[in-house]
Amino acid sequence: MKPVKNAFRALLACAALLAANLVHAAESAVAAVVPAVVVAPAEPPLNWHAIVMFLIFVAITLVITYWAATRTKNATDFYAAGRGITGLQNGMAIAGDYMSAASFLGIAALVYMNGFYGLIFSVGWLVGWPIILFLIAERLRNLGKYTYGDVVSFRLSQGPVRTMAAIGSLIVVIWYLIGQAVGAGQLLHTLVPQMSYQLSIVIVGALIITYVTFGGMKATTWVQIIKAGLLLGGATLMAIGVMAHEGFSFAKLFNDAVAAHPKHLEIMKSVVPIGAKANPIESISLGLTLMFGTAGLPHILMRFFTVTDSKAARKSVLYGTCFIGFFYILTFIIGFGAIVLVANNPEYVADISKSVLNLKGGGSMPAVYLSHALGGNLFLGFIAAVAFATILAVVSGLTLAGASALSHDIYARVIMKGKATEKQEVWVSKMSVIGLGILAIFLGIAFEKQNVAYIVALTFSIAACTNFPILVLSIFWRGLTTRGAVLGGYTGIFGSIGLLIIGPTVWTKVLNMGPAIFPYDFPTFVVLPAVLVVAYIASVTDSSESGKKEQAAYDAQMVRAETGLGSEVGASH
Amino acid sequence: MSELITAKILKNPKYMQLVKQRDTFAWTLAAIVCVMYFGFILMIAFAPGFLTQPIAADSVIPLGMLLGVGVIVVSCILTGVYVYRANQTFDPIVNEIVREASK
Repeated sequence: MKPVKNAFRALLACAALLAANLVHAAESAVAAVVPAVVVAPAEPPLNWHAIVMFLIFVAITLVITYWAATRTKNATDFYAAGRGITGLQNGMAIAGDYMSAASFLGIAALVYMNGFYGLIFSVGWLVGWPIILFLIAERLRNLGKYTYGDVVSFRLSQGPVRTMAAIGSLIVVIWYLIGQAVGAGQLLHTLVPQMSYQLSIVIVGALIITYVTFGGMKATTWVQIIKAGLLLGGATLMAIGVMAHEGFSFAKLFNDAVAAHPKHLEIMKSVVPIGAKANPIESISLGLTLMFGTAGLPHILMRFFTVTDSKAARKSVLYGTCFIGFFYILTFIIGFGAIVLVANNPEYVADISKSVLNLKGGGSMPAVYLSHALGGNLFLGFIAAVAFATILAVVSGLTLAGASALSHDIYARVIMKGKATEKQEVWVSKMSVIGLGILAIFLGIAFEKQNVAYIVALTFSIAACTNFPILVLSIFWRGLTTRGAVLGGYTGIFGSIGLLIIGPTVWTKVLNMGPAIFPYDFPTFVVLPAVLVVAYIASVTDSSESGKKEQAAYDAQMVRAETGLGSEVGASH
Repeated sequence: MSELITAKILKNPKYMQLVKQRDTFAWTLAAIVCVMYFGFILMIAFAPGFLTQPIAADSVIPLGMLLGVGVIVVSCILTGVYVYRANQTFDPIVNEIVREASK
């Protein structure tokens, strides 16, 4: 009964956080009823370029989904694209899965507001990749079947360990989905004002459900590959546009940005957000979260099961890392370009008498307006379509990862104890996709007026404090037992959620409860060591027979991890 | 059966040597990335003045910007180094070990 009890507790903690947000949503809804002075805005012209390009992209992806559906016959096709993806394809798909709208629009926006500070995110989100390559990628491919839960439960007790792994995955997936859905709604509504926020989210949800239920991992992979190509191409064009405007001189770009930004030279010295107090511990915790969070994202880890063998897994990280690193350097140029070309421009700035930085349509718009400043409506339409594609690709990957945790880990292994047929498992997975898609639509709408800034902190914190350490311990430490993995894992889940709730963003800004009890936004620097200590102590004091057997089974696991002997066979070329 | 093969591999000194060699290599590279990155992060935390000094008297570009971009570029290069060595050195040894055990 223990896994069920723990699962229940984790759900409660999640529900508490959710409830806190909904209360806040109700408050802001009440506030919204009090009408401001209503000035009928002139109906903006329909953004035809963007709409046509959205439609072309959607048409192409639906054709791919049809193609993928005719080739998705069994569970391996559905979860892992038949393990026939090559290293280069998977490298592109990894980039497409990982480079979210949050990192494209988000880093550009951070740089636009704060300058140098944005670079910390670029660096932090990249350095997780070499770690994944050196320590995780090949072993993950050799040990697992469809989910990272396969790997952590390889020699441990299936029920409790898979339950913990699935909860860790689902919390990350659901919160990440909320962030993406809200971003999609806001972005589409801003770009095509005739389309309401709600309708935008429903369209995204419906497309995702179509891609993933019919096309499974094959459709998801190709949507991600195309999106990565579009995003890299679009960002490259933008960066070239910025550099052309600046006479291909970085010195001129940075000088112009310093001159244009209201904080001037401060943007070159911002080691924390401009206006915030320097906080060494927060900086370190942020650094830990960005690096190790990447290596614990379930939708990213799942990509390694789609390739033919560990050699392809290895290659795919090399390609993926290079694409992502190149892209992050571009977003930095794009952010500074936006300071030069978008700030101070009355066409984009909401109220120039108050601030020359705050833009119409909110904080994530600098990159979008930069495309307009560089290439007019046509380029804006293209970049808008790219942002849309980005959201679809990331949400597809997330939904599939969440569905596989529910169907492969919880349904097939915990509930049915391995007795479910492949058909039943895939059916449950498809139903989970539909359920998660609908959940994402509802939560996206419920969170419309929310401050969702903490979502990145939440998802990356749980990934860095739960999924990552337990995965590394299960692969590298013979001593880990079920007790250690489960207690350590739940320490990560409850520790990070608990400290986030009593931290500054949720406690003070979302709940308005006054000064935060835990004064840091990123709890990783406390929780990650705690998880390691708990997992260690709970394992070494575990004198049970089953614990000894689990430790003895390490040798066989290691042979498979190191040599690939007995691993899931990939499709031949 | 595969249990037999596993037992054979465990007894093969080449296997232990491979694991040792590859783990040393992988953890060394991981340590380099961590030292580089956390060095950057610790400077942000404790020595921001060092990072924010301009790279030249007449430039607004801070040293930290070059170091940050440097961390990204070196990370990409190190992934390349790992893949190259794994393809050239480790894969043939793994294949040999598996072949010997499967005989």
